[in-house]
Amino acid sequence: MLRIILTRCLWAIPTLIVVSFISFVIIQLPPGDYVTAYVAELRRGGEYLTDTQVELMRQDFGLRDPILWQYARWITKILLHGDFGQSFHYNAPVSSLIWDRLGLTLLLSTISLVFTWGIAIPIGVYSATRQYSVVDYVVTIFGFVGKGIPEFLLALILMWVGFSWLNMDVGGLMSPEFDTAPWSIAKALNVLEHVWIPIVVLATSGAAGLIRVMRANMLDELGKPYVETAYAQGFSERQVVWNYPVRVALNPFISTVGWALPALFSGDVITAVVLNLPTTGPLLLQALKMQDMYLAGGFILILSTFTVVGTLLSDILLAWSDPRVRLG
Amino acid sequence: MTDTSRAESHFTASARTLMWRRFRKHRLAVVSLVFLVACYLAALFAPFLAPYPPDKIEKLQTFVPPQMVHIWDGGPAWPFVYELKRTRNAETARVTYEQTDKKIPVQFFVRGAEWSVFGLGTSDLHLFGIEAKKQKLNLLGTDSLGQDVFSRLLYGARVTLSAGLVGVAFAFVLGLTMGAISGYYGGRVDTAIQRLMEFIRSVPTIPLWMGLAAALPIEWDPLFVYVLITLILALISWTSLARVVRGRFLSLKSEDYVLAARLSGASQTRIITRHMLPAMTSYIIAAMTLAVPEMILGETALSFLGLGLRPPVVSWGVLLQDAQNLRSVALAPWLLTPGLAVVLVVLAFNFLGDGLRDAADPYGQ
Repeated sequence: MLRIILTRCLWAIPTLIVVSFISFVIIQLPPGDYVTAYVAELRRGGEYLTDTQVELMRQDFGLRDPILWQYARWITKILLHGDFGQSFHYNAPVSSLIWDRLGLTLLLSTISLVFTWGIAIPIGVYSATRQYSVVDYVVTIFGFVGKGIPEFLLALILMWVGFSWLNMDVGGLMSPEFDTAPWSIAKALNVLEHVWIPIVVLATSGAAGLIRVMRANMLDELGKPYVETAYAQGFSERQVVWNYPVRVALNPFISTVGWALPALFSGDVITAVVLNLPTTGPLLLQALKMQDMYLAGGFILILSTFTVVGTLLSDILLAWSDPRVRLG
Repeated sequence: MTDTSRAESHFTASARTLMWRRFRKHRLAVVSLVFLVACYLAALFAPFLAPYPPDKIEKLQTFVPPQMVHIWDGGPAWPFVYELKRTRNAETARVTYEQTDKKIPVQFFVRGAEWSVFGLGTSDLHLFGIEAKKQKLNLLGTDSLGQDVFSRLLYGARVTLSAGLVGVAFAFVLGLTMGAISGYYGGRVDTAIQRLMEFIRSVPTIPLWMGLAAALPIEWDPLFVYVLITLILALISWTSLARVVRGRFLSLKSEDYVLAARLSGASQTRIITRHMLPAMTSYIIAAMTLAVPEMILGETALSFLGLGLRPPVVSWGVLLQDAQNLRSVALAPWLLTPGLAVVLVVLAFNFLGDGLRDAADPYGQ
């Protein structure tokens, strides 16, 4: 067990190094740099910069140095000081920008994750034990449709329904008048009124896939002899199902639970953009579009690190819960 | 047919016939197949089926709601639409359209804008249209520039539907090669490829897509951008295909007939291409079918965010950009129809893939 954990941890280190380098390269890929984008924006506004000024800006930002040098400077600062650099666009430290939005992002994605799992596992189990029942058919249809609808479309439709037919104020996290108001019951109620759409959207798309996986796994397990043996020993259905096949069927969940980690951090980018939520996702999109190098790079780095760590955690969890993995 | 002859026909049928029989039982998959074939045909013949070019701007016909084609006028009647009267709401200054009593017959095989027939020549024939001075036949309404949504949907299908196939083709080549090498040779090569796949999977998909897509300069040729976008989609999704292939290779490697082939001196290439690959084609086809909707969703999402294809290219994702904000959706809900098309096609591909997978499973019922 210890050996597995150790080797997995060792493997994670080179992965992390490569991931960090690649995140930096991706940001560098587009022709031009932040200054090009910035100058273009100024031009649109009617201002004009001379070539010398542009050159000076580049030197200021250190964009003239070779890429490896820039990378080295970037990563040492992160490792030694936890300093992710400055966002050019917002002219603020990257870490504080991300930090500002992180609390809300974590809250939203945790709630939707709890909803997703809370809904998906019992429904998946039920639909497998009552295969071809009405509930099973309804669930199967829900699973297919939920997987087929792009999240942003679902968000758009819900917003439209809420706005046109239920006369609700949708989009964002709260009505504008509460933006700067201190927390109160009215504000909390207002947030609740807004927050149901993102949660429904995120939980639907997540649950749809999970239910299908859970159902398929359970169906595989339910036919096996050990289940029959358990029944033959006189256990009730509930005891048999929840004590044996469910535990085995949960394995694929455990091996992907780590992926929830980066998802928690970024929230769902597309849904957040459509719904105009102040989470980290839209910030990333903006950073990528503006070639705001350090912001986008920091983002991708954090996300990838979370994914690697998440996978690591999953593997360890899996080895702990399943002796076949541990000893095989 | 008697029982014995039925059993005999079952046992003597080729693997392909058996698969087809199993597939046909999957009603939903068959319907999906028919639907998808129809969609691809519609995309192929888009210029003929679409009454107008996708980029034809009509300043005086913005946000026209979808028009009903009536075929009942107190009795069966030749298809017709009612003439629309354009008025402006005095209070909101918004243009609205009212139906008048005048009927305009729908005509078939009308002459309209010219289109090129697969590079062989040009034609100006369109399946249907109406002849009216101030009005067009907008089955699905028009957008903010007065462009016909129905025509744009058909043209968009060309890009979106083919992007799925092209992307899967890229992913297929990569996934099959890597999966086959990894599964067949095993050992160090396998470990190396497994690490590579693990690495790619450990990079979060959406940010990576977004990062790569954002790297494409705006001024590049749209067609080139299209190929690159499909490549980006494929670059990430080949791992799942490779995993399927590798798993199959691992399990087939120890089969007796592969051992027999090796003992009789068949070369490795021959063993792989003649003996092992045919045994897994059906699985691969099923896996590919299930990969297409992912690609379509990926393209749609990227274009929707403004990171993928951009106007003037018409794809379903680009069309949905118009429906990005609440105001336009509330004002013109018909702008969401490309989204409906995406959902239907994605569902159909999923059903078809499931059907194929069940049919390919020799132990299935």
